[in-house]
Amino acid sequence: MDNIFSMYLYPAAIIAAKSVFLITALLITIAFLLLADRKIWAAVQMRRGPNVVGAFGLLQSFADLLKFVLKEVIIPSKADKAVFLLAPFITTVFAISAWAVIPFDAGIVLADINIGVLYILAISSLGVYGIIMGGWASNSKYPFLGALRSAAQMVSYEVSIGFVIITVILLSGSLNLSDIVNAQSGDYGILNWYFIPLFPMFVVFFISALAETNRPPFDLPEAESELVAGFMVEYSSTPYLMFMLGEYVSIVLMCAFATILFLGGWNAPLPILDFIPGFVWFVIKVCFMFFMFAMVKAMVPRYRYDQLMRLGWKVFLPLSLLMVAVTATFVVFFK
Amino acid sequence: MIVVNLLFYLFSFIMIASAFMVILSRNPVHSVLFLILCFFNSAGIFLILGAEFLAFILVIVYVGAVAVLFLFVVMMLDVEFKSISSTVISYLPIGMTIGVIVLAELMLVLFTWKRDYSVTDNLSITSDKQYSNTEIIGLVLYTDNILFFQLAGLILLASMIGAIVLTVNHRPSAKRQDINKQVERDAENSIKNIDMKPGSGI
Repeated sequence: MDNIFSMYLYPAAIIAAKSVFLITALLITIAFLLLADRKIWAAVQMRRGPNVVGAFGLLQSFADLLKFVLKEVIIPSKADKAVFLLAPFITTVFAISAWAVIPFDAGIVLADINIGVLYILAISSLGVYGIIMGGWASNSKYPFLGALRSAAQMVSYEVSIGFVIITVILLSGSLNLSDIVNAQSGDYGILNWYFIPLFPMFVVFFISALAETNRPPFDLPEAESELVAGFMVEYSSTPYLMFMLGEYVSIVLMCAFATILFLGGWNAPLPILDFIPGFVWFVIKVCFMFFMFAMVKAMVPRYRYDQLMRLGWKVFLPLSLLMVAVTATFVVFFK
Repeated sequence: MIVVNLLFYLFSFIMIASAFMVILSRNPVHSVLFLILCFFNSAGIFLILGAEFLAFILVIVYVGAVAVLFLFVVMMLDVEFKSISSTVISYLPIGMTIGVIVLAELMLVLFTWKRDYSVTDNLSITSDKQYSNTEIIGLVLYTDNILFFQLAGLILLASMIGAIVLTVNHRPSAKRQDINKQVERDAENSIKNIDMKPGSGI
């Protein structure tokens, strides 16, 4: 009995405590990033953005949370109830669970598994289920169209994201996220990071991440000018909140993933700056990536669906395939 | 070990139960969702075995891509749910036959299978170094079995080209958009001034 306690229950309790801490920290960060997103968007359009709740509108996200939770959940009468309510849960749970393998600093990671890259790829490819199930279960035209669009879109862009990741793996020689970050550390600081040798792949990854997370300019599943709100039309209250939350969690996840793959993770840009903790650098880089996401949302007009498909299959796929071949050649002959 | 055993029984129970639900549920979309649950649990069993690479490849390929397309197709089918149950009886003999054959084959494999050490001993990986299972799969796949691996790839390529050839439909009358043409278009070469006389067309 003692054995079971020390072997399973005690570690399980520690892991659970760590997970709860990670989720709490993550959700509070998301609340402020969501506000930042709206503020940046407003600033580009020369508006003020949310500025009423709290100083500079800092508590706006928490007010929104209260509002959503207190509202009534409306379920369409012909909807498939179980699937309808399951869909937002799936979106949120998968989006959050991907954070388990993200290393915030050297050694600070919930699960330091050997195939962290594959884990993230697998979990992020499941996010599409929340959208398809939600769109189908609503039993309504607009949500269904949105779900169909997003299914095709996410499957297409996953392919090029996969190839982009393969180029990084070829250079670093490991599927472990901590090892990938360590492979980018060195005496030259920022010059060691992979975004310099793999710059085209960094751009492809960034754009594919936009498409993968249904962010503008690729937000066709919820294009409000055509589909009202796409797959979320019939959702209200807490289920809607969970879709929204899942979306933002996976956006920040993509920022963190890009930071680890291309921007050196927790490494300082200059060796002199090593005294600043790695965690701070990680957060700064993730915020920078999120700023880029927010700026794209504010500045770029929405793509047409055929343009989206053309970009994914006819531009990114050949380009990333070519870069995989080039990188592999480089690794075999020059490294 | 107890916990691992318990996990194994949990995963296999959910897997078998969801496999049953795939054929028992009336709504085809629910069937596909149960199929996905089934895939998940088999990935869990791979994880217990320590084959984490296989587990995640299973999730990425089957759950992340294949099942999405399944779901995509099934959702688009406009099936009358009631009509399916009435046709079940007529398909029962064929289904039973196939089921019995598959079961017999599985039993045959189960009771006659022996590990052939001449295969595992002749692999080029050696057991004196500790490999992660991603490395082992890579080393076996790209050295000893490179021919089969490449052949499998070629077959897939051929079938992909075949599918494209079968479905491609070039209609000369179809209007297509040339992105380069659209980008090159500007005010100078697309607007012209015409002197119009009142009362006459262009």
